[in-house]
Amino acid sequence: MFKLTEKYSLSLAPIVYLILLFLLPTIIMVFVAFRIPGSYGGVEPLIVKGASSGHITINMSLDSIKFALSSKFIWQLFLRSMVYSIITTLCCLGLSYPLAMMVAKSNKKYRDILLLLVIIPFWSCFLIRVYAWMIILGPQSAVNHAINYLIESFGFAAVNLLYSPVAVIICLVYINLPFMILPLYANLEKHDEALIEASRDLGASRWQSFWKITLPLSMPGILAGGALVFIPSIGMFVVPELVGNNCSLMIGNLIKQQFLQTMNWPLGSVTAIVMTVSVLAISALVGVIASRTGGLRYANK
Amino acid sequence: MQTNKLSKLLVFGGIVTFLFLYIPLVVLILYSFNDSRINVGWVGFTLKWYQVLFADQQLVAAALNSLLIAVIASTVSVILGTMAGVALHRYKIPFLTALVMVPVAAPELLVGVSLLLFFLLINFTLGYASIILAHTAFCISFVTIAVKSRMFGMDDSIIDAARDLGASPLKAFCLVLIPSILPGIIAGWLMAFTLSLDDFVITFFTAGVGSSTLPLAIYSMLKMGVTPEINAASTIIILFTLILTSIATKLSPQLFK
Repeated sequence: MFKLTEKYSLSLAPIVYLILLFLLPTIIMVFVAFRIPGSYGGVEPLIVKGASSGHITINMSLDSIKFALSSKFIWQLFLRSMVYSIITTLCCLGLSYPLAMMVAKSNKKYRDILLLLVIIPFWSCFLIRVYAWMIILGPQSAVNHAINYLIESFGFAAVNLLYSPVAVIICLVYINLPFMILPLYANLEKHDEALIEASRDLGASRWQSFWKITLPLSMPGILAGGALVFIPSIGMFVVPELVGNNCSLMIGNLIKQQFLQTMNWPLGSVTAIVMTVSVLAISALVGVIASRTGGLRYANK
Repeated sequence: MQTNKLSKLLVFGGIVTFLFLYIPLVVLILYSFNDSRINVGWVGFTLKWYQVLFADQQLVAAALNSLLIAVIASTVSVILGTMAGVALHRYKIPFLTALVMVPVAAPELLVGVSLLLFFLLINFTLGYASIILAHTAFCISFVTIAVKSRMFGMDDSIIDAARDLGASPLKAFCLVLIPSILPGIIAGWLMAFTLSLDDFVITFFTAGVGSSTLPLAIYSMLKMGVTPEINAASTIIILFTLILTSIATKLSPQLFK
């Protein structure tokens, strides 16, 4: 009895707060997806009473959902966002793995400092980190001159590095990199060095023991990091806005536009929900497939 | 010999990634001291961009707003987050676990637009109050995680001992439990503070017209293009977060592992 009061007195306030400011808004958004967009933005009133007949109609429809699913433009944005996010996740993985492994294998003395060095850039506002690349890739920058010099010496036309899909992906990778490094490190740190030594003693080459032991064992870290990079990168609307061009707009830009400029709330809600559900579903699916095959592979050993 | 070779390859890869992480920030900071309007080539050392920055009334006001919002949001979220963290450490409450963990995993954009819808539909005027409410909501999760990870492996019997010796639940909570997890609470507060200070996406949707925070001000400057004043502002923000993060890691090292 005593314990029960403690349990509820402690958890009641946070539960109520999070229901009001997280769960309820999300439910409202799902609900708005079925409403009818108002002529001047927002939504039409839910219940309309006929002026003469007194007949009550409920203003709900599937039109926004149908429109979103049949719009070629939305699909195009959606697919592009998916492709960008997948490329971003893979680049992050490639860049993170050696670093995470280096930190995990380094002397305990330096480990905390190295880890802090990974975290520091991650804590400063991401706008600043995008801005840093606006300078580096800018039309006047040394990087831009050097790359264009190379391109032109091969006989191609000069390109604009900033305001291109490449710039968008570089920034997405840069912003999200620590999200991949930290879970990978947390996983790699726990590996038993004896397993590698045993495999080497039994005649495996360095690559073999990496492919057959370290990599399968680090799968949970890769998946956690992958989800942490993939999920937020799809909704990044600021990056395409600041460093992209018209051909690199992402689904987030459409959602932002629906809510702040066009004021078509139902369509914006549908798009946001479809985006969220699909990234979560893909992350879950990849997780299930990897744990099945990875688990099987490990069990067969 | 061969393992040595592997670690060389590894160290090379690791250093490349470190350079990728740091070169942009170093370039950014260096140009804040460059005596040139455009961020190209080194002309000479100057502090004039910092003078321009501090003379910029709007930007300074936005920074002060951000600090005030961050102090309020992190303090409220520390109270709620500590309660949730302790509750989750002592009892199994799946619903609360889900409420705390899902916002961390959900895309920020979704959280931002759903809060915008919510505030507009209940006719809540968008402004500093809505920003603080929204920031508190996403900070709670991080404080809860910080407190919970601090309590991991903690001996619960000290609370039971306090109770047995006649302390009321509230007294045991305030005089025994809180002091023993204080480093975790402070780390959670610092984390919430930096998160609130740096947040752009959720603020962007819940700010409405007329209210400004530092990230919002920087965003509108970025849309105008590159100026060394932004470099100066960024340098100060980076330094500030550097200090806060170092304190937070000192207080709760297990938070980042």
